[in-house]
Amino acid sequence: MENDNRLKLSRREMIIGTTAAISAIAATKLTSIEAGESNKIALADVSFVVNGKKQHLALDTRTTLLDALREHLKLNGTKKGCDHGQCGACTVMVNGRRINSCLSLALQHEDDNIVTIEGLGSPDKLHAMQAAFIKHDAYQCGYCTPGQICSAVAVINEINSGIPSHVSTNLNQSPILNNDEIGERMSGNICRCGAYSNIVEAITEVASKAVKKAR
Amino acid sequence: MKSFTYQRVTTALDAAKAADKTPGSKFIAGGTNLLDLMKLQIEKPAHLIDISKTGLNKIELNTDGGLRIGAMVNNTDLASHNVVRRDYGLLARALLSGASGQLRNKATTSGNLLQRTRCPYFYDTNQLCNKRVPGSGCAAIAGFSRQLAIIGSSDHCIATHPSDMAVAMRALDATVETVNVRGEHRKIPIADLYLLPGSTPHLENTLQPGEIITSVLLPPPIGGKQIYQKIRDRASYAFATISVGAIIYPDGSGKLALGGVAAKPWRIEQAEALLPKGSKLVTERLLAGARPTGENQYKIMLVERTIESVIQQAKR
Amino acid sequence: MKFDKPAGKNAIDQLKVVGKPIDRIDGPLKTTGRATYAYEHQIAETKPAYGYIVGAGIAKGRIEAIHQTAAKSLPGVIGVITASNAGPLKTGRFYADRLLAGPDVDHYHQAIAIVVAESFEQARAGAALLRVDYVKSKGSFDLKKAGASATILNPGRPSTAATAEVSSFEDGFKSAPFKLDEIYTTPDQSHAMMEPHATIAKWDGEKLTCWCSIQQINWGVRDLANILGIDPKNIRLISAFIGGGFGGKGTVLSDIVAASLAARLTGRTVKITLQRTLMFNNTIHRPATIQRLRIGADADGTITSIGHESLSGNIPRGFAEYTTTSTRTLYAGKNRMTQLKLALLNLPEGAAMRAPGEASGMMALEIAMDEMAAKLKMDPVEFRIKNDTQVHPENPKRTFSTRLLVECLQTGAKKFKWESRSKQPRGKEEGDWLLGMGVASAVRGAPIMKCAARVRLSNKGIVTVETDMTDIGTGSYTIIAQTAAEMMGIEINKVVVKLGDSSLPESPGSAGQWGAASSTSGVYAACVKLREKVEQMFGFEPGTAEFSDGKVSVKNKKYSLSKAADSGELISEDEMTYGELSREFAQDTFGAHFVEVAVNKYSCEIRVRRMLAVCHAGRILNPKTARSQVIGAMTMGVGAALMEELVVDTNVGFFVNHDLAGYEVPVHADIPHQDVILLEDLDPTMSPMKAKGIGELGLVGVAAAIANAVYNATGVRIREYPISLHKILESSYNLEENN
Repeated sequence: MENDNRLKLSRREMIIGTTAAISAIAATKLTSIEAGESNKIALADVSFVVNGKKQHLALDTRTTLLDALREHLKLNGTKKGCDHGQCGACTVMVNGRRINSCLSLALQHEDDNIVTIEGLGSPDKLHAMQAAFIKHDAYQCGYCTPGQICSAVAVINEINSGIPSHVSTNLNQSPILNNDEIGERMSGNICRCGAYSNIVEAITEVASKAVKKAR
Repeated sequence: MKSFTYQRVTTALDAAKAADKTPGSKFIAGGTNLLDLMKLQIEKPAHLIDISKTGLNKIELNTDGGLRIGAMVNNTDLASHNVVRRDYGLLARALLSGASGQLRNKATTSGNLLQRTRCPYFYDTNQLCNKRVPGSGCAAIAGFSRQLAIIGSSDHCIATHPSDMAVAMRALDATVETVNVRGEHRKIPIADLYLLPGSTPHLENTLQPGEIITSVLLPPPIGGKQIYQKIRDRASYAFATISVGAIIYPDGSGKLALGGVAAKPWRIEQAEALLPKGSKLVTERLLAGARPTGENQYKIMLVERTIESVIQQAKR
Repeated sequence: MKFDKPAGKNAIDQLKVVGKPIDRIDGPLKTTGRATYAYEHQIAETKPAYGYIVGAGIAKGRIEAIHQTAAKSLPGVIGVITASNAGPLKTGRFYADRLLAGPDVDHYHQAIAIVVAESFEQARAGAALLRVDYVKSKGSFDLKKAGASATILNPGRPSTAATAEVSSFEDGFKSAPFKLDEIYTTPDQSHAMMEPHATIAKWDGEKLTCWCSIQQINWGVRDLANILGIDPKNIRLISAFIGGGFGGKGTVLSDIVAASLAARLTGRTVKITLQRTLMFNNTIHRPATIQRLRIGADADGTITSIGHESLSGNIPRGFAEYTTTSTRTLYAGKNRMTQLKLALLNLPEGAAMRAPGEASGMMALEIAMDEMAAKLKMDPVEFRIKNDTQVHPENPKRTFSTRLLVECLQTGAKKFKWESRSKQPRGKEEGDWLLGMGVASAVRGAPIMKCAARVRLSNKGIVTVETDMTDIGTGSYTIIAQTAAEMMGIEINKVVVKLGDSSLPESPGSAGQWGAASSTSGVYAACVKLREKVEQMFGFEPGTAEFSDGKVSVKNKKYSLSKAADSGELISEDEMTYGELSREFAQDTFGAHFVEVAVNKYSCEIRVRRMLAVCHAGRILNPKTARSQVIGAMTMGVGAALMEELVVDTNVGFFVNHDLAGYEVPVHADIPHQDVILLEDLDPTMSPMKAKGIGELGLVGVAAAIANAVYNATGVRIREYPISLHKILESSYNLEENN
């Protein structure tokens, strides 16, 4: 997935054809920190699976999972909004659970299975949640969007697996799917553009389809 | 963030030994608070001991009918556990009111207990803070203190403990189990875990260096209506302005602890005897000796009203 | 093309593509993480170095020394940039702040140094090792205190007069049978956009390229050239995707200066993100205000006098907050007075944030209107309608080009079931919650600016549009594509849009709610030229052909559009400029906001239950993206009403809550389903597009509508924003009260 953010211009993407595309074409190969640079930098190896692909990295121990994804694997879909667990833009799924990748050391993810926004779908093959976000205009600037979508996919799983929330009226019953439940569960993903109302609609559409399928 | 070496251990005892061997080391579990603080140069460990894979992630029924919660159980798993939901609703509710879904998936039980204050002056290394730099002063007392402590505070520090979970644990009389480098186990009632700031606000708990929390014990279920009422301007993903964790019985008696008012979950057992007499008397006793700032005076009234709300909810 | 008389029928009026709720064309990139923001560009054949900005640890004073040895000896650290090796730096022409401090420090977290290293981790560690000796000096941090020595602004800056009086306000007010005289305050607020300010800077000899996050590319080039003292021709800025701005990324801020300096001094490509904790004090914010509103009215509800005085503070050369703008246009009233005062503060610079002036002014005025309606025992909707005016209140000769304020209020009241609102405050309860409804009007100017664009037609029938306009989430990519598709008679998927690059024709960028109307008009002008070229190729008289379904025809002569480019790409470029229509007509957008809140009777926590906005803003180019602009603004209005406040510590002189945990903005759980009604409205005095902006209108009035709903729910009037729960608790609010 190293070249993932090189834009392979599909017909759909041609509509934009931004300068972003042009400048990204000759992406340099990943260069991690030189081991011989100094003995003062602690380096360590880590291996994990990202979007189905095994990755081995030698990293400065301080590297967060977020920076490993963005700066080392060039998977820039996962965003850095605050770097302190206060916005949710960096949300990825690790072993099926969503976390803030900014507050996690890459080294702590040995053997973990990580799914980022790039792993959910691509412009040519959108994940149902990505398609629903487009349909409901559930984003504006797009910066929180990958985190919102990863969170949304995880939220449906959480509801389906019976994890309660702050607004669940009865802790001993399976949580139901409604606007309050979605809103509460999505509250760790800030959208300053204020697309919340549309995001809830997008999630509701995907979630109710998922329920129908299950029946 | 200072460069650090990193090691992963597989048992709590190994963790304690590793800590003993390497001065300046810290345990890292979920990391949701530690990394936050390391990025800001507030925590500067030279060595990290990863305890997230020590196998302390089980919730087991204890022989006395209570629960043993592994220190590494994450907040989501704890709140979702069937027994917790059924018998310790207060704990489940407190957990679910805290942080966000993402953070609860990562944050651990012991990490939650030991998280540090969110006082904005503690978080900014340019500001005076006795907790961060002992003896430097406290900019919060004369500064922005709307969120800060009203009781148990000192002229040195008015920071609060931010945990919701700990408030529930306190009301439920939880006990913390630890192990140290010599393999000695210790049980610390949660009432004795936290220290008030006094003149040493940098000392926050009674754990010895290298001592590591292995589990939290909950006594057998105590029934009652269990309510966690968290008050905040933002509807979610916000720390409590104040919170009330309560267990109320049909006769009006009960137990309660407060969050957001002190450097620890605040509970005065004697005040609970006044519960049947109403929120006013309970609050007077609970907050006797409170020393709010002008900015957080309102918390006293808010505590009383929230206790009243909890009493009324319990009647329904 | 010059637009100097009202538009007649034109190709846009076909509305085959324009006006349709088309999905954003950048959606597949944004939702899959493939949209590339400033910090994410991969620069060919270079391994970038990482910069980390160090902010001043004091609010005001002087840097005696910056000790760098420890930082420089850290592995991976390439260099440290401070004022002593940065070379001479000026300021930009919009923001007044100096973007690199030294030796003087003007405000907290002003950049004092940049540490450059091989990795982000090394740069951050290096930054932490700088030791700085300061000499602190006293500063002015308290707006109320500073107000005593504030100056009254002279009329004429910027374009609207700062101080204006019509008839005799004082006399009119004195003799009014019903009077209101109250003080309202609004706090400092932060844009808090999700993407932090970020830049990658690269020098090739004299040429500087910056991948950055700037809303107005033309100002960015101008200001960066001015600050660095280089020729603007040598600067190229690229902001293809911008992760939110709201005015907070108007032009050059410290990240781009830091990256440019660091790249110049290290000879490397340097990437820098301004860390979140620095954004609040390092950059700009919406400044706090203290506003006095006086309204006098007759018993029948006719406003006879209206006075609005406002104080804000700023750094030297900084602007005042133009809170009185709306008061001057919104309601009738014979005797009028507005006045702006500006005090000196040594806090970070106050500058434009979404609907600057109007947003905070209407937070005050629209509570005052609610209070006045209560005094008059009138319905607040009726009171507003009663005082509507179809001519500019300060100049009756000037009519509004379109003004449907009354219709907005009436439509909204009906849809929202306003009649079910309790006329008495605290008249509705549901369990532990007190329910209330509130209303506010909305008004925001509809400026339009000259804008250039280039369009290219390929022999495949693809039309490529190029302009340095930006899309900050507003939908520029999409509405520009719609405009070109409509003009050239093709489907939208045959249009490629290239934005946010200073090498492209100049636009006014995203600001002042002018982006949509201005940029599409520029594209319109370029397309008119391209159509003429196409007609020429086919031997048609200019302006006679029909462009439709990818074909160009005159009567029964019909060609494929692509055929016109058979012998080579056709390229047209033009600029839309404007005549005097904006002087002749008052051009504004209007709306009405309706809100229902629930206030917990124990804790006084406020939760918004329902929200409706009714807006009219000229032609709606894309109802889907326009609606999103409005709901986003409504959300920001909830923040302004209930939680957003940069808290000033007047001892230290800084905004204390400088992160996203401390500076609370609304989360999902704060926002209910939001309804938006867009009233049909074409404004031919604006441009051939007949459109206006809407992104700022949606914010104006929202906070006041919430404040009014809180009053209706509780009977407590809070005049100091935000309405945090302790303010109600500490008021006369009484738990037991029961009406």
